[in-house]
Amino acid sequence: MHAFANPKRFLSLARWLTPLLLAGGLLLVTATSVYGLFYAPAERLQGDSVRILFIHVPTAWLGMGGWSAIAIASLVELVWRHPLAAIAARAAALPGAVFTAICLATGSLWGRPAWGTWWVWDGRLTSMLVLLFLYFGYMALAQAVTREGGSSRIPAIFGLVGVINIPIIHYSVLWWYSIHQPPSLSMGGSAMAPEFLYPLLLATLGFSLLFGGVVLARMRALLADIQAETRLRRKAMEAA
Amino acid sequence: MSSLKPKHQRLVLVVIALLALVAAGVLAAWALRNQASYFYVPAQMVAEPPAPERAVRLGGMVQEGSLETLADGVTIAFVVGDGEATVPVRFAGIVPDLFVEGSGVVAEGRLGADGVFVADNLLAKHDENYVPRELQEMTEHQKREVVAETEETR
Repeated sequence: MHAFANPKRFLSLARWLTPLLLAGGLLLVTATSVYGLFYAPAERLQGDSVRILFIHVPTAWLGMGGWSAIAIASLVELVWRHPLAAIAARAAALPGAVFTAICLATGSLWGRPAWGTWWVWDGRLTSMLVLLFLYFGYMALAQAVTREGGSSRIPAIFGLVGVINIPIIHYSVLWWYSIHQPPSLSMGGSAMAPEFLYPLLLATLGFSLLFGGVVLARMRALLADIQAETRLRRKAMEAA
Repeated sequence: MSSLKPKHQRLVLVVIALLALVAAGVLAAWALRNQASYFYVPAQMVAEPPAPERAVRLGGMVQEGSLETLADGVTIAFVVGDGEATVPVRFAGIVPDLFVEGSGVVAEGRLGADGVFVADNLLAKHDENYVPRELQEMTEHQKREVVAETEETR
């Protein structure tokens, strides 16, 4: 593991892995979206509105996965002081926030025909909105630390504390009576017909590859920023 | 503690902080377990009825065979149950597409003194099952059979 934490080795790995992940993710997401829109069967009760499932569910999982990634990277940064971990956490925030926003938007569009309302303040919807605001807070905090100077441990602590929302989102439909349905997939099995289940899993894989590709690309950009800044500072020192 | 490496000290500290945080979160969620629910289920509404004329929500399953249109032609009446108790509901208005007998519903309104829940708005509640429409799964031959059967029964 430590070998990959070396920025130089990481960069040489990320250089070819980034386009691979992005291309593979784009291909899978396009394929499953086309299947979902044109070939998936209509659902017994929901009819055609079920097709939004193939976007809504993967983005919801990745919105939660993004914060889990921030929390793990923050833990590694706080305990082992890995320089790459702070960069990984910062890189995961933007795609995580975008996926959470897509999940909320598609959920709202789906809620209108399925439930008869765009939005309700129930446990699942509210905790997901809180997650979006946590992302905004994290990004603002990380940016302030970079610009104004300060310990990168501050956003790391925020990332760790915010992880408490992830189990709340997951269990919100089980702890409280909610308008949102309970999970269709569990360790035990699936309440989903195979026509919906397998494309959903493929779409999730595709969105995950996209997520990974975006995180790697952003990590490379952040590393390049740091390198450029160090070089500038060294030049200024030499001139002085 | 002093024999631990700084790395391990930090690990222990972070783990303790996380455990305390999770405990606080679980306690808060547990305390909220009734208050944060989006609706009452019939068993709760029968056991501890909310104050009359207080706006509440009632959620449960529309009992099979209970849905009827009243004499005025606009108002519908049905029974919402959760397997333990049932509450009769009256509603005049447009119902969502997913509102059918045997399916989940959330009714917004108030409980009258006569024990009938008068709803101002109905929301459908979908369950976790995703099943394709049967007809689309059938072959052309099966479809013709179904159509023939329905025509016979006419």
